[in-house]
Amino acid sequence: MIHLVSPKTLRSLGIVGMNQRNISFIGKNNQRKNYRLVDDKLLTKQIAIDKGGIPVPELYGVVSYLFEIESFLKKIRHRQSFVIKPVQGSGGKGILVVTGRDGDKYIKSSGARIDDSDIRHHITNTLAGLYSLGGRTDKAMVEGLIDFDPALKAYSYEGVPDIRVIVFQGVPLMAMMRCATHKSDGKANLHQGAVGVGLDIATGKSVCAVQNGVVVTEHPDTGAVLTTLQVPDWDKILELAASCNAMTGLGYIGADVVLDRQFGPMLLELNARPGLAIQVANQAGLRHRMVIAQAIVASTDDPAERISLAKQRFGALVAAATTTSFG
Amino acid sequence: MVASRTQIGIIAGGLILFGLGLTLYKSISLGLPLLPEKYQDVWTVESKISFYPTDGPAEVSLSLPENDNGWVILNENFASSGFGFTVATTEDSRAALWTKQTVSDFTTVYYKTQVYDQDAVRTPQNLSEELADLPRLSDTQRKAFDLFVKQLREKSTSDTGFVVLLLQEFASGNNQDVEFILSDLHESRVNAIRYLLTFAGIPSHLLRGIQLEDGRRRQVLSTLLEAFIDGHWVALNPADASVGMPGNFYLWKRGDDAVLTVLGGEKSSLEFALVKNSVPIRTVVSMEQRSEEFALLDFSIYALPVEQQGIFKGLLLIPVAALVVVFMRVVVGLSTSGTFMPILIALALIQTTLLVGLAIFLVVVGAGLWIRSYLSHMNLLLVSRVASVVIVVILLMAAIAIVSYKLGIDQALTVTFFPTIILAWTIERMSILWEEEGGHEVFIQGGGSLLVAVLAYLVMSNRFIEHLTFNFPELLLTLLGVILLLGKYTGYRLSELYRFREMKKLA
Ligand SMILES: Nc1ncnc2c1ncn2[C@@H]1O[C@H](COP(=O)(O)OP(=O)(O)O)[C@@H](O)[C@H]1O
Ligand SMILES: [Mg+2]
Repeated sequence: MIHLVSPKTLRSLGIVGMNQRNISFIGKNNQRKNYRLVDDKLLTKQIAIDKGGIPVPELYGVVSYLFEIESFLKKIRHRQSFVIKPVQGSGGKGILVVTGRDGDKYIKSSGARIDDSDIRHHITNTLAGLYSLGGRTDKAMVEGLIDFDPALKAYSYEGVPDIRVIVFQGVPLMAMMRCATHKSDGKANLHQGAVGVGLDIATGKSVCAVQNGVVVTEHPDTGAVLTTLQVPDWDKILELAASCNAMTGLGYIGADVVLDRQFGPMLLELNARPGLAIQVANQAGLRHRMVIAQAIVASTDDPAERISLAKQRFGALVAAATTTSFG
Repeated sequence: MVASRTQIGIIAGGLILFGLGLTLYKSISLGLPLLPEKYQDVWTVESKISFYPTDGPAEVSLSLPENDNGWVILNENFASSGFGFTVATTEDSRAALWTKQTVSDFTTVYYKTQVYDQDAVRTPQNLSEELADLPRLSDTQRKAFDLFVKQLREKSTSDTGFVVLLLQEFASGNNQDVEFILSDLHESRVNAIRYLLTFAGIPSHLLRGIQLEDGRRRQVLSTLLEAFIDGHWVALNPADASVGMPGNFYLWKRGDDAVLTVLGGEKSSLEFALVKNSVPIRTVVSMEQRSEEFALLDFSIYALPVEQQGIFKGLLLIPVAALVVVFMRVVVGLSTSGTFMPILIALALIQTTLLVGLAIFLVVVGAGLWIRSYLSHMNLLLVSRVASVVIVVILLMAAIAIVSYKLGIDQALTVTFFPTIILAWTIERMSILWEEEGGHEVFIQGGGSLLVAVLAYLVMSNRFIEHLTFNFPELLLTLLGVILLLGKYTGYRLSELYRFREMKKLA
């Protein structure tokens, strides 16, 4: 028996569907000409450094043409760890994470060992556009591996957890931590099987967690209890994410933030079309929050004020109160 | 935002209303049926005239079919490479005239027409009831004629009875008198019968026409007689002694004049190729008769030659399939690989029939995926990999065609209807999906595409829908309006009621 939820319930919870997201959230707030700033990860890095003064993982190099592969392989020979990804990739596709070396071999986050020819093959595919939006030819970028905050160690299996914050005009709407699982193969993308942990906007504490659309309470691989999770550096993360709207000129985006042991919160990438599963992870709808956020935006221009108002209005206590009033 | 919403609403509403309104107008005041009706056989008659030229200019004249033979001509085409061409029209007949100064080789010219039987027997007006001229008869011939006619007159009471007897004696082939008359006259049976009719004082003339047989390639003109018996003109068929116009007989020429004359040529021949198609008749008729009255209809698809009509019939269905795709994606929330791949698959299914098409598709894509997974180990460039897949797909298709032909499974030959590129591309996309997202996603997207393709196929092969899109192409505007509206649909997709099922606990 398939359990369905009625459209009426969804509407009363303010859940946003795909169609509404595309038309009312993205289409209305994001101008097409600005997409390229976030679809091209190199450009994102560039403006993050230049305009926002936002820390990002160090860029080791870019491979644009096939003939550059060999010299590139020489160049990274002395690196212990690095990450190769398509400049225009999405959804965790084509990301190769190398966490260490074993002689001539490279160790992947899963522990598997690969050699030069595997890397060559991977870059060839990336350049041909195998992993990129619309299959266009692409470039491969190589950046430093995030040495992520040990406080989060227990929550992620063979991969770096990232924190997705959806921001509207400098107002953080909703947040979630995404934890890689064995199933998601070390990538923190939800539809690959990663666990999404909804986060209280006020505190960075977990509110609920889902895997493949079903509520869970523990990490399936590490067994860590997710209900007590607390993301460190929460205020910094919100501040960083909230500054991205002004930086890109896009009104509604999802910022992927990672916590580095040494450098703290870093911007990994931005998404002009953030997914909707975050609502299930938070057990809350985006539409109600959007209405409130529009009021906040209208009321103040000060970035710090917007964030603090968001924390007040979207905090778990308030959310709980509204939820009970629904029930 | 609100402005763009209302704008779209107004445009879409206008399109929808305009399409529906025009459809209603055509159906109510022009009487075009909204539902598909009885189907009518429309015959395509291709006449082929060939001859060897002699010296001097060539002139080919072909009498064109009678206007009042009970058949309606839908359209006509003349093919005459290098010839000067005119249609000569006199009061009651038309003739096609091909002329050329010098013809050096064996030459062929064509006349093609599309006709259907009106089912109304129309006897022509003003036929001359004069007796035809008799050739000069020798005394013995005259005596034999006299004797034979008298004999038959005695056995019959009316002209009709006489004619029937006459035809029977000729058809039976064992009457002594008939044999004698034929051998003495050195004439064809038809002519001999005519002389006897004239001798007996019954007016007659020749009827030339085509016995229609579907798929027949090298049909020739048949000759019948028409005689004025007991106050009526009646068709007579000397071959089987039957009276009355035979069924499926396309009357070409009434009267004794030649159908084809070739000046400056020899060994000329006139042959016909025949094809039958079923077309909804009331539509055809009302279009045909009213196209002059209403400029609107003159600009309809019926104004095109029939082959183009056939192409358009297919083209006009594609928007309907597009609507199916949009609906399934936006309202139901199925994911398909590529937006319009399902339409292309559906088009191929129309050619192959549903089950056979699906089986072939699955076999080719399955085998292709398997081979591609091997290719992907070899670290090839993407382009050459896709190219290799295309080649492998073609080999697979050839293999399927050959093996099935040897096994006697003709249907599998329709494999060729699947565009190679679609198959190759599907395989490529599916295997990338497989590598990247796993078999599960391949199953979802591939299954989604196939499901949508099958639905689109079912809609496109529906006779009612085909009838509507073909006869009321303005409905496409309505369709466009609906699609525009769907583009502004912000409600939930059906699949999201499952996706967000965990939210139920909150409510
Ligand atoms: N520099 C990095 N160090 C460690 N892990 C990374 C790095 N870059 C990406 N990842 C991993 O890959 C996932 C997806 O990366 P991201 O840059 O967001 O690409 P996408 O656009 O495909 O989502 C991240 O959530 C993280 O788990
Ligand atoms: Mg990401």
